[in-house]
Amino acid sequence: MEVVRLRVNGDERVCGVPAHYTLLETLRYGLGLTGSKQGCDKGDCGACTVIVDGRAILSCITPVWEAEGREVRTVEGLANGTETHPVQDEFDLNGAAQCGFCTPGILCSSVALLDRNPSPTREEIRTALAGNLCRCTGYEKIYDAVEAAAARLDP
Amino acid sequence: MLRLPPFRYHRPDTVDEAVALLARFGEDAMPIAGGTDLMPNMKHRLFTPAHVVSLNRIAAMRGIGTVNGAGPSTDNGRAPRADGLFLRIGALETLSDVSSHPLVRRHCAGLAEAAGLVAGPQLRNMGTIGGNVCLDTRCTYYNQTEFWRDALGYCLKKDGTVCHVTRVGKKCVAAHSADTPPNLIALDATLTLAGPDGTREIPAADFFVTDGIWNTRRKGDEILTEIRIPLMGPHSNGHGPHRRSAYRKLRQRNSIDFPLLSVAVVGDFEQDGTVAGLTGVVSALGARPRVLAGWDEIALGERLGPRVIEALAERARAQCRPLDNVIVDTKWRRAMVPVQVRRALEELAGG
Repeated sequence: MEVVRLRVNGDERVCGVPAHYTLLETLRYGLGLTGSKQGCDKGDCGACTVIVDGRAILSCITPVWEAEGREVRTVEGLANGTETHPVQDEFDLNGAAQCGFCTPGILCSSVALLDRNPSPTREEIRTALAGNLCRCTGYEKIYDAVEAAAARLDP
Repeated sequence: MLRLPPFRYHRPDTVDEAVALLARFGEDAMPIAGGTDLMPNMKHRLFTPAHVVSLNRIAAMRGIGTVNGAGPSTDNGRAPRADGLFLRIGALETLSDVSSHPLVRRHCAGLAEAAGLVAGPQLRNMGTIGGNVCLDTRCTYYNQTEFWRDALGYCLKKDGTVCHVTRVGKKCVAAHSADTPPNLIALDATLTLAGPDGTREIPAADFFVTDGIWNTRRKGDEILTEIRIPLMGPHSNGHGPHRRSAYRKLRQRNSIDFPLLSVAVVGDFEQDGTVAGLTGVVSALGARPRVLAGWDEIALGERLGPRVIEALAERARAQCRPLDNVIVDTKWRRAMVPVQVRRALEELAGG
């Protein structure tokens, strides 16, 4: 076990982990943040997507040490207290989630997009979410939700 | 759940420290940058290094800008290979940053396009251009879990004695599957490698070898530190040839997937639109990107019209014979060679 110091959703967290842990394993099994999902676990599906220093990355293939000294944001940190993030709100209103397994990763990819580009085109949304697989909703309602959230964030 | 094998993680701050660590631990060590290739491969037990050396803290390996001369910035006393203006890309620059950088887009449109088509957005935010150049080869029978490979019987590339693609061959035919190298070869780029004996430069065209097991000339204790691309835009007086480039990638889905076929073309055009130079590189078919032969006699001095493009595409098809190393019909892949070459050349002609 080694000690890793992370900044997750604004909190300083200290955690004992095996040296070969990924960021995802540390979040889920070290810190109890199980919102980020372990899907394919090899960088294909996007379910483990988190935001590191403003960019969407895959936590399942990120060695935990690469997250030290950087700002990690997970699906648990998107809401402002009890107030949901507009993207989360619009996913609800647009029926953009069914089983919900891919949703945390897609929310993180969407927020990372909107933080960099507050008024993306439909094509830019499609491109930004091209690394997140959803096997039940289909993508149209997800794009609708992100568009609606963008309209609310940057009217 | 796919667990990583245990390893120690090293985070040196300089190229020298990183090289020293790699030299010290020898075959027990591997370098990592974005990790998007190495981490899944380690989860599949294709590599189980006891020591992983992270390059991510090495500031000297970052940055994109123009420089004079092709020599490495950490020169070992040798004279630069050539004079002139070069685009220098630090090997640690992410594929996202390479694809969106204004200098890359302006001077090397095909390279920017290729970097922007690698895998998906998260992987481009993590993966580096250095890692893309050093990407391990891929094959249906190799990029699988240990359970899967054990069930079938291991292959020539890893732990086995049989090639499941050719059945009889004793040569590994895993495919070079990176998007940026065909462009770097066509652009006449130079790669800088740092090792225990100092730095050396190698043209991108000489970097790859026809061996699926280990298809680059990088030694285990060497690190690719930077890439230099000679710039040839319009001369300051508006005369002289003008360089354009384009890239086409064939894959099953328009995201995440590796290429089934990739085509990079670079053309130098005179003021009147005639071809002063034309290079085509096709990849993802074998262990090494293939520079297309016989294009000069067709294209030099001609305009890139439909007749010339068709002749170039047919010449490309005649040279490319895909193997059964990915789960896609090889006849279809071969039939797509002239199609993708034609589209790349049409883009070049129209640009």
